[in-house]
Amino acid sequence: VAQGILQIAIFCALIVGVVPLLGGYMARVFRSERTFLDRVVGPAERLTYRILRIDPAYGQDWKAYAKSLAVFSVVGFVVLYVILRTQTLHPFYTGGFHSAPWDVTFNTASSFVTNTNWQFYGGETTLTYFSQMAGLAVQNFLSAAVGLAVAVALIRALAARRASDERDDLGTIGNFWQDLTRATLYVLVPIAVVAALVLVSQGVVQTLGGTVGGLARGPVASQEAIKELGTNGGGFYNVNSVFPFENPTGLSNLVEMFLILCIPASLTYTYGRIVGNRRQGWAIFGVMGLLFLISVAVVFAAERHGTPAQHLAGVVGANMEGKDVRFGTTSSALWTAVTTVTSCGAVNAAFESLTGIGSLVPMTNLAYGESVFGGVGTGLYTMLMYVLLAVFIGGLMVGRTPEFLGKKVEAREIKLVSLAVLATPLIVLLGAGTALATSYGRPSIYASGPQGFSETLYAYLSQANNNGSAFAGYTGFVQPDAGNLGSHGVTFADVIGGLAMLGGRFLPIVLVLAVAGAVAGKRVAPVGLGTMRTDTGTFASLLVGVIVLIGALTFFPALLLGPIVQGLTDHLF
Amino acid sequence: MKLTRDLTTAAIAIVLFTVVLGIGYPLAITGLAQVAFGDKASGSQIKQDGKVVGSRLIGVSRTLDTGRTDADGAPITKPDPAYFQPRPSATGYSATATFFSNRGPNSAAAQFFYRDALAAYRALEGPYNPGLTDAGVPVDAVTTSGSGVDPQISPANGAIQARRVAAVRQLPLARVRQLVEENTAGRVLGVIGEPGVNVPDLNLALDAQAPKP
Repeated sequence: VAQGILQIAIFCALIVGVVPLLGGYMARVFRSERTFLDRVVGPAERLTYRILRIDPAYGQDWKAYAKSLAVFSVVGFVVLYVILRTQTLHPFYTGGFHSAPWDVTFNTASSFVTNTNWQFYGGETTLTYFSQMAGLAVQNFLSAAVGLAVAVALIRALAARRASDERDDLGTIGNFWQDLTRATLYVLVPIAVVAALVLVSQGVVQTLGGTVGGLARGPVASQEAIKELGTNGGGFYNVNSVFPFENPTGLSNLVEMFLILCIPASLTYTYGRIVGNRRQGWAIFGVMGLLFLISVAVVFAAERHGTPAQHLAGVVGANMEGKDVRFGTTSSALWTAVTTVTSCGAVNAAFESLTGIGSLVPMTNLAYGESVFGGVGTGLYTMLMYVLLAVFIGGLMVGRTPEFLGKKVEAREIKLVSLAVLATPLIVLLGAGTALATSYGRPSIYASGPQGFSETLYAYLSQANNNGSAFAGYTGFVQPDAGNLGSHGVTFADVIGGLAMLGGRFLPIVLVLAVAGAVAGKRVAPVGLGTMRTDTGTFASLLVGVIVLIGALTFFPALLLGPIVQGLTDHLF
Repeated sequence: MKLTRDLTTAAIAIVLFTVVLGIGYPLAITGLAQVAFGDKASGSQIKQDGKVVGSRLIGVSRTLDTGRTDADGAPITKPDPAYFQPRPSATGYSATATFFSNRGPNSAAAQFFYRDALAAYRALEGPYNPGLTDAGVPVDAVTTSGSGVDPQISPANGAIQARRVAAVRQLPLARVRQLVEENTAGRVLGVIGEPGVNVPDLNLALDAQAPKP
């Protein structure tokens, strides 16, 4: 136990250590200040603007920003869909693979454009190298950059300060193309290049040489690095980061977990820096850290015991089903928490084989709605929605007009915030409810008893929250042989899942940008004695309460029927 | 900005980023990786007579033919007692088509699987490990790995199998234990990850030490 706790403590120390460094760097990047990479990246950045024919200094209001983002995502979706559907024409090694059917491809394209990376596809048995590199990995970068852009736009709007005599400006929140370019070139690419090479040094495969001697290979490391860094999570291999060619050693495992968490955690600091009060950032980091540590502790404790099926068969020991020896239960438990508090969804152990209480952790983390660290960018902007809500509730309690960072929080913002916070749970419950209440959802379910319910609930939780991890028994793709010959999709699961991902991504984004637009032009009131401070322990506790109340309790009845039932009984189904 | 203007910018951006991030980036990493870590980047291959027969990172069961076939006509094999055996696999140790066992915590079918796995392990190791009970069987030996090709077994599992391998190969137990020791990867810096015995490496070392009887 002490050994396991020490490992977890070391990981947490690494994250806390990187937050000011990377967070401070990102603050400089997104305020267009000088950084140490200017000499290298600067020319590439300016060339990009020339090719795109855009003026980065041109500020967009929230509607223009949202429109650019939406158009960019639609074009990205179409291109990805076309790439995935024309596999027989691809350069590089193709394995002779045909394209997957339209419904599975719709699901996969939705999955990558929304930073979800839900896998109804099987990487090494259905996709060519070109699909993986030019299709999936490109969206791994871009969907993460889009998330960062939205978060930064919101922070900028919150931080916008105007003297009281200034005319109301247009409420500009930045330039989408500039944010996209700077997020990609200054943040994602440099870290991904270094990380990819570190991973290769551990044994992660990186070759264009094709399958040899029963070993499916490919450009894995380049994809693995951005898959973790961008909190994407779609594996080169079907079993994702438990496969030795994706994650061969204890050290590669640590590096990958670090990559998943580093940007979402550091963004809290970036936020504190840009709004000019670092304590604001640390308060949010503290709330996220607390909820994260609780989830680590629960799954760590749960997986140290075997499952009822193992006990009844006479097996003694921890739950090693679906886990590899080099990770054991400690690293698998830590990863399980890391990948579900963030919207990563890469796995290094089989979630379907977690103990009942163990599987409660990823489900609860998803129920928080990507707010605890969350995805790259998505985590922070979702958390800020909760913060505004907490400010509003706190304001009601003390009977004052709520203010956040000196800006009045009024009816319009709270309406938008409520919609943003409730959109995703609504999509989850509608999707899962439809799948369970009708016969359409049945072909996807693998397990019997409450586990079948858990599979379905998890599928929609994961897709609508853009996480992408799965109780992998749940299927949307029937593939008798490698290469897609004779395969077909489960249309209902593919299409509803795809729509859940798109809705769960873009509805909140539009609403968040609308909030940004609403607060950007607001006057700043001076801090007074009666101002409720949002950088204190008291406020942090209120925030935890709001998140747990809204996130977890929305799903509590559903969680009772799945993981909690299984955690409480020794009955086998 | 007009919608058409956004569309043009978006189209150029996607093409540009696809070329840079989708082709330039992976090819550059491939070049660097092949130069700096050629063996690892190519999959840590095990070669025999110039042919790739496996990888040091991929666990594969060494089996013997029983001469019988199952209902589908596929040959039934049994574990080769002269080798260390990796953990159970849901995929037949496939490194080209991977999937999880998806065995749930309260699955009735799982209980039967574990019961059979315990019986099979004790049948194989029991004769060389008198007094081996269900409770004495290491958990990693009877649960399927996540990857289906877990190259490692726990040190406890390795210690039990060492007695069988030593007896079958007529090697001194101390020598086999030493080989196990040499092919055990500890925790990184003594802390990170879990210790495990690398089965592909160990079996290669065994064959180099003493040819299979």
